[in-house]
Amino acid sequence: MAEPRRLGERAPCEPLLDVNGLEVSYGAIKALKGISLSVGKGEAVALIGANGAGKTSTLRAVSGMIKPGSGVITLRGESVGGLKSHEMVPRGLAHAPEGRGVFPNLTVQENLDLGAYLRRDKDGIAADLKKVFGFFPRLEERRLQMAGTLSGGEQQMLAISRALMSRPTLLLLDEPSLGLAPQVTQVIFRILRDINAQGTSVLLVEQNAHLALSLAQWAYVLETGEVAMEGTGQALLASEDIRKAYLGE
Amino acid sequence: MKSFAPVAIAIVVLASLQVLTSGSQYFVYLSLLVGVNVVLAVSLNVINGMTGQFSIGHAGFMAVGAFSSALMSQTLNEYRLGFLPEAVEHQLFFVISLVVGGVLAGGFGFLVGLPSLRLRGDYLAIVTLGFGEIILVVVRNTPTLGGALGLSGTPQHTSFFMVWFTVFIVVLFARRLLASPHGRNLVAIREDEVAAEAMGVDTTSYKVRSFVVSSFFAGVAGGLFSHFQSIITPGDSFSFVKSMEIVVMIVAGGLGSTTGAVVAAVVLTLLPEAMRALFITIGGDNASLAQSIDQLRKPIFGVLLVVMMLTRPQGLFGTHEIWDLLKRKKGAAS
Repeated sequence: MAEPRRLGERAPCEPLLDVNGLEVSYGAIKALKGISLSVGKGEAVALIGANGAGKTSTLRAVSGMIKPGSGVITLRGESVGGLKSHEMVPRGLAHAPEGRGVFPNLTVQENLDLGAYLRRDKDGIAADLKKVFGFFPRLEERRLQMAGTLSGGEQQMLAISRALMSRPTLLLLDEPSLGLAPQVTQVIFRILRDINAQGTSVLLVEQNAHLALSLAQWAYVLETGEVAMEGTGQALLASEDIRKAYLGE
Repeated sequence: MKSFAPVAIAIVVLASLQVLTSGSQYFVYLSLLVGVNVVLAVSLNVINGMTGQFSIGHAGFMAVGAFSSALMSQTLNEYRLGFLPEAVEHQLFFVISLVVGGVLAGGFGFLVGLPSLRLRGDYLAIVTLGFGEIILVVVRNTPTLGGALGLSGTPQHTSFFMVWFTVFIVVLFARRLLASPHGRNLVAIREDEVAAEAMGVDTTSYKVRSFVVSSFFAGVAGGLFSHFQSIITPGDSFSFVKSMEIVVMIVAGGLGSTTGAVVAAVVLTLLPEAMRALFITIGGDNASLAQSIDQLRKPIFGVLLVVMMLTRPQGLFGTHEIWDLLKRKKGAAS
């Protein structure tokens, strides 16, 4: 496998998540052919690429929803490859799945309670609840409303908030802009920036390459299950190839 | 202590009801049937309603409990402890047999729950259906369980009190479960399995747990049933039709609502009896007319269900509970 092209210099930071040679297959189809990537402490990292490049599969393998065929995944130095999701959440990882995945017949409050379900510190939960309502005041207004009756943007806000309620060190986001109006997307990304600035590391999968690259400090470009390119968000945004292939310019 | 008060109240109320109603055999018999069906419906609601897994083999678990506890009871009945009055001893043996039946059914629930890790929806339904049929075939071919002729000679220990105390326990359990983090996990699985997994819910373990708990209570219901039937046969009372009856109850009551399961089980068990009484009155002295009207019971029952599903597809109560209403009122008042 060829080394991916590197653009720009990565700011040094303490390693948090390390993925090495990750392979995932669905039956006979190989979705990931040896992905290597890393997320540092407090860093926001984006995965961009076309449909079927393996972005979601990477995320699902990292959070333990699918079993990797081979490869090493380490979180804070501990090898976590092959662990199930319910074992990953206590290790500080939260996944907001693609298509939002809120619980439609539960209220906003109940959805958030479920996010904190592994925690027992009542005061900490209350503080975090206040914090997410600070990020998304709209959710506080609709606290007792069924999640299924929220608009698409609000559901996405809820999915992110719910993931935050487990107080993760690493937040995995799958397509937060999916099906949302550009304006709503702007709001969500602004808040994601705040969340990241307050110390939560973010691993973001996103079709909207422009948004993703402007948020992320470091980004990986996936092509058919391999990392084709990596670099700082700014450098990739400026790159001729990326502009042609993903930004349509 | 707070949780003990309702239990004490229930015991007193049920015991006095038992004394009050002991005059009417027909009433007692009906109340036993109703009670057993309520236990079945409320327990099935844990799998189908709360966890959202579709099981249509509940009568199979009931059969496991019925036959094993009947056998246990017959064996125990040959012994005497001596130091207890005979009536107390009987009830003690009865409770032991019920628990044995329940635990065995729970064990089978574990076995059936395991494939549910992989199977969803229709496929799981087929597995549970197959399980129910297998149990009946096994019973039919086991001489110790009476074979196809059925098992008779089980001591008739079931009383109004025992059945309705079990109802009380299972309703209390279902209610506490739903209010607990465990219950919330089950509901999360029903609402969106992927999201539940992402929240850190161990979905496989919780699905199996709901199966075990639910089949435990079905087994106890079976035990209660076998102790007021002079003979239990591996036929109608444990067949696929019985399983569907329970499914109909919880769907009509509102999937996920314990209140709905209780109300629907009571109504749907009594409705045919009420219709029978009504038709006998209409038929008057003309026995053959009464009998031919009686044939209408099943179609009418069916039409009622169809009408209900058309007008109120979420069931009588949806996912609401009667105690939620009370709580809301209390909240508004304070």
